[in-house]
Amino acid sequence: MLQDKDRIFTNLYGLQDWRLPAAKERGAWNGTADMMAMGRDWIIDQVKESGLRGRGGAGFPTGLKWTFMPKEIGDRPHYLVVNADESEPGTCKDREMMRHDPHLLIEGCLVASFAMGAHACYIYIRGEYIAERLRLQEAIDEAYEAGLVGKNAVGSGWDFDIYVHHGAGAYICGEETALLESLEGKKGQPRLKPPFPANAGLYGAPTTVNNVESIAVVPTIIRRGASWFAGLGRPNNTGTKVFCISGHVNKPCNVEEEMSIPLRTLIETHAGGVRGGWDNLKAVIPGGSSVPLIPKDICDNVLMDFDALKDVQSGLGTAAVIVMDKSTDVIKAIARISYFYKHESCGQCTPCREGTGWMWRVLERMAKGDAQTSEIDDLLDVAGQVEGHTICALGDAAAWPVQGLIRHFRHEIEERIDAYRSDRPVPVHQAAE
Amino acid sequence: MATLIVDDKEIDVPGEYTLLQACEEAGAEIPRFCYHERLSIAGNCRMCLVEVVGAPKPVASCAQQVRDLRPGRDGEPPAINTKTPLVKKAREGVMEFLLINHPLDCPICDQGGECDLQDQSMGYGIDTSRYKENKRAVEEKYMGPLVKTVMTRCIQCTRCVRFAAEIAGVEEIGAIGRGEDMEITTYLEKSLESELSGNVIDLCPVGALTSKPYAFTARPWELRKTETIDAMDAVGSNIRVDCRGREVMRILPRLHEEINEEWITDKTRFIWDGLRTQRLDRPYVRKDGRLQPCSWTEAFEMIASKIKSAKPERVGAIAGDLVCVESMMALRDLMEKLGSPNLDCRQEGSLISNEQRANYLFNTTIQGLEDADAVLLVGTNPRVEAPLVNARLRKLYLRAQARIGAIGPQTDLRYDVEWLGEGPQTLQEIADGTHEFAEVLRSAKRPVIILGMGALEREDGQAIMHLAAQAAAKFGVVSGASEDGDAGWNCLNVLHTAASRVGGLDLGFLPGDGGMTTHDMVSAFQSGNLDVLYLLGADELPLSRSASTFIVYQGSHGDRGASIADVILPGAAYTEKNALWVNTEGRVQLGRRAAFPPGEAKEDWAIVRALSEHVGAKLEYDSLAQIRNALLKANEIFASIDYAPGADTAGTFDLEKVGQAGPIDGSPFVYPIRDFYLTNPIARASKTMAECSALSAEALAQAAE
Repeated sequence: MLQDKDRIFTNLYGLQDWRLPAAKERGAWNGTADMMAMGRDWIIDQVKESGLRGRGGAGFPTGLKWTFMPKEIGDRPHYLVVNADESEPGTCKDREMMRHDPHLLIEGCLVASFAMGAHACYIYIRGEYIAERLRLQEAIDEAYEAGLVGKNAVGSGWDFDIYVHHGAGAYICGEETALLESLEGKKGQPRLKPPFPANAGLYGAPTTVNNVESIAVVPTIIRRGASWFAGLGRPNNTGTKVFCISGHVNKPCNVEEEMSIPLRTLIETHAGGVRGGWDNLKAVIPGGSSVPLIPKDICDNVLMDFDALKDVQSGLGTAAVIVMDKSTDVIKAIARISYFYKHESCGQCTPCREGTGWMWRVLERMAKGDAQTSEIDDLLDVAGQVEGHTICALGDAAAWPVQGLIRHFRHEIEERIDAYRSDRPVPVHQAAE
Repeated sequence: MATLIVDDKEIDVPGEYTLLQACEEAGAEIPRFCYHERLSIAGNCRMCLVEVVGAPKPVASCAQQVRDLRPGRDGEPPAINTKTPLVKKAREGVMEFLLINHPLDCPICDQGGECDLQDQSMGYGIDTSRYKENKRAVEEKYMGPLVKTVMTRCIQCTRCVRFAAEIAGVEEIGAIGRGEDMEITTYLEKSLESELSGNVIDLCPVGALTSKPYAFTARPWELRKTETIDAMDAVGSNIRVDCRGREVMRILPRLHEEINEEWITDKTRFIWDGLRTQRLDRPYVRKDGRLQPCSWTEAFEMIASKIKSAKPERVGAIAGDLVCVESMMALRDLMEKLGSPNLDCRQEGSLISNEQRANYLFNTTIQGLEDADAVLLVGTNPRVEAPLVNARLRKLYLRAQARIGAIGPQTDLRYDVEWLGEGPQTLQEIADGTHEFAEVLRSAKRPVIILGMGALEREDGQAIMHLAAQAAAKFGVVSGASEDGDAGWNCLNVLHTAASRVGGLDLGFLPGDGGMTTHDMVSAFQSGNLDVLYLLGADELPLSRSASTFIVYQGSHGDRGASIADVILPGAAYTEKNALWVNTEGRVQLGRRAAFPPGEAKEDWAIVRALSEHVGAKLEYDSLAQIRNALLKANEIFASIDYAPGADTAGTFDLEKVGQAGPIDGSPFVYPIRDFYLTNPIARASKTMAECSALSAEALAQAAE
């Protein structure tokens, strides 16, 4: 359990003022210039030592990612791009940070940009986040006025500009290279990798794309020391994390907690428990819609961190915990998620373009029971044909929930099909027209 | 070079090779749809997945470079597998996905029999589909009179999108919508405004984009394929003519890296319906003011009587834009025997001399343009005069960011051009070094000056030519081959617009001593000082029927020339004879007969040969082999087939011999081609070309508003 003194986002709920003076009182912008005076390599080392892993879903070590940027600034400028295109269903953490603690993010942008030699930072914010964009822009204006960013930011001698760019509401633009395409004014479609953004990113220049949370926690980590952050959670899964708990719980909420907290503790302590008690739990999607769900027997003991969830064939993702109690039609739920991925597939590469629609249609029929039991294996096979065959991870994200469903609830699909078939004649296959 | 192992076979390839190229190098076949050598890499079809040992997922081989592979743990070279179960499964999976929403209407699809999807599904697919849902249907998109769309068949490979944006330079094709609903479209559903639009038909790996005029007319396996040369412009694109019976059914490009790569223009591709209509299929003579069918003998006797009764200096001959070298050779020899010096192949009226071959050739060569670092266009609009040269210029512009300047009225060339001025005085300033673009040419290592017919067909054409040569000499960019292996560079280029022109100049189909030029003959015709005028496929002259001059027209189509003729001799079109053409680079190319001329029409050299007997000046050749031998005696360059001299003679460059110093006229250049689609008799007989012409005129009118 995280103690109050260890919280990074002390205004996550917006109970206090978000503006600069109040943020400063909470510790933001404290000693920023001193941090920067320690030099770029020192900052990156601190982040590395803290064990911070990317908070956007993939969990790639943030410090390591920063070292991929060229050491010296060549003829191309460096860029930091902050991914605030928070669109993963179930996830609403970045939104609260930008709304109530924008200065932590802005400070993080400065520190991270300085560490990577970037004089400009773009925050790509989700299209639907209109109030957040206005709030963030207002906070940036405050920071400019106070000399915290702009020419000679916080008196550090580093020139730094920060821009907020408004997306148009496409899920795929949260994929880092699609985000860069969109930022450049093109159609948001993921790029081929390599080259990775650290080599050729925004406008072909070295670029690092980080999640809002990854950037916003950096100043506090450095202020309090890497060992403090590394001391929270388990090794390789360190620090604090904002969990978004939604679904069939009594009090859905965002909460900053220590990594590796048991799922059950998380739900019962902060979300008021599962509706109807723990035993009424059916399954949990532990990391946003794109990770496979886990049934109750796994939920009983699983820890909420990258490695523990990976061991149970799921993932921490964005730590958006979607709780489903026994009233849930889990097949229908996954069919709905499948529809989401079908809708959001960019259409660029074949397996995702064609496979997402196929999976969704089969699942819709399965939710009614209008299918054959042999189709379950076909569906699993199709999901496997999508997973790992696409340009970006959206194909994986579309396949995993389906695979999770079949892995844990195959019996339910079979029962549904049997029930549907019981009073109907045996179907004769027709060729697809 | 990097070492890697493909299917247990160790090979060395350059690091910048893609895995797909490396696999091909190793002899492994990689299926693909979106990948195309001449387009940017999209990596979206996922058909080319291979297994990279150690990688967690299959890798799109078209999109990854060999140098990005990491060696194994113990430093062993990276290994790729293309035949493992993983790869097989991946290919089958992608193929299944491609087919679930594909209509499988092969029996009614024009691509059937030459379809990448069909072929690869046989090779890499599975035999059944597990997809039981309804298939997607996509609305047709209008892409103009040339490209027929059946968008339900589209597999979203985006080759057409990339072609339009990259090669053609028109961003008129794009993909809208997301996921399953992604559709390839022309946005506003208007006709593609590119002279190269037909190439998307070849690029499309499925039957989504097919040829509209060719729709439902033939199957590829019924066609007889003949590899020959195009005569629509002076580029001499290599083409394949597909015939069924004696009819040309379609025309496709043939690969030639140095000329047309694998593209052809729309005019080249869709001209074929013009080969069927307005054909002259029997001789005619004018009796009682009307053209009436007659026999060959009757026609020849009629001509013979007129020629015999005329003084040789009152007989003239002009060769047109499409004629082959052999027919010009025969007519030249006939005129010589008749003692007439009045012959000219420069139908457009220019005074280009043939004293030095390099003075009328495209000396940098078309492929050589890619090495250029600065370009000056003088009185030429390559977009319509030679769209494939223009495509090379665009390639140069995209790759090298070379500065391209132009003198002439402003027009859209599909790349950024600095418009320096409209008339020859700007060239004068550049030659004098007072214009700022002179500095660009001076600092360039391999600059290019391209003179178009818009500059050369004027009365001061030779003075303009001389000015360009002055500039070239001044900036020291005409150099012969040097000992260190440099092939030399000749920056002076003439861009011809007619397929026959260079051949005619090589042959010396030019006025003899005291002979009349095209211009003189036209004046003499108008003043009644010409008794017989022999038009060999010449249709672009400002002539009308006259009582005082007897006009012989020999050609394939009933066009302007035939309408004013007193005798018509039906000849063969460019697809109907074994003949030589010389392109603007001076490259001699061999055309082959794809079909026979219609009716009583004959090959052109043979007609002249037959006529020669009637006029009592019998030519000494009786067969194609004999006339070709005579041709070699006349000029040995006709022996070097498919060779472009380039900078061969640049070492002997002599400024005084290029053009002729003289006064220049300040009026702006006028581009020679007003309507790309209607430049010759065959095009004017083509319904497809007429449609294109009308649409482009409409688009122009709209743009003007």
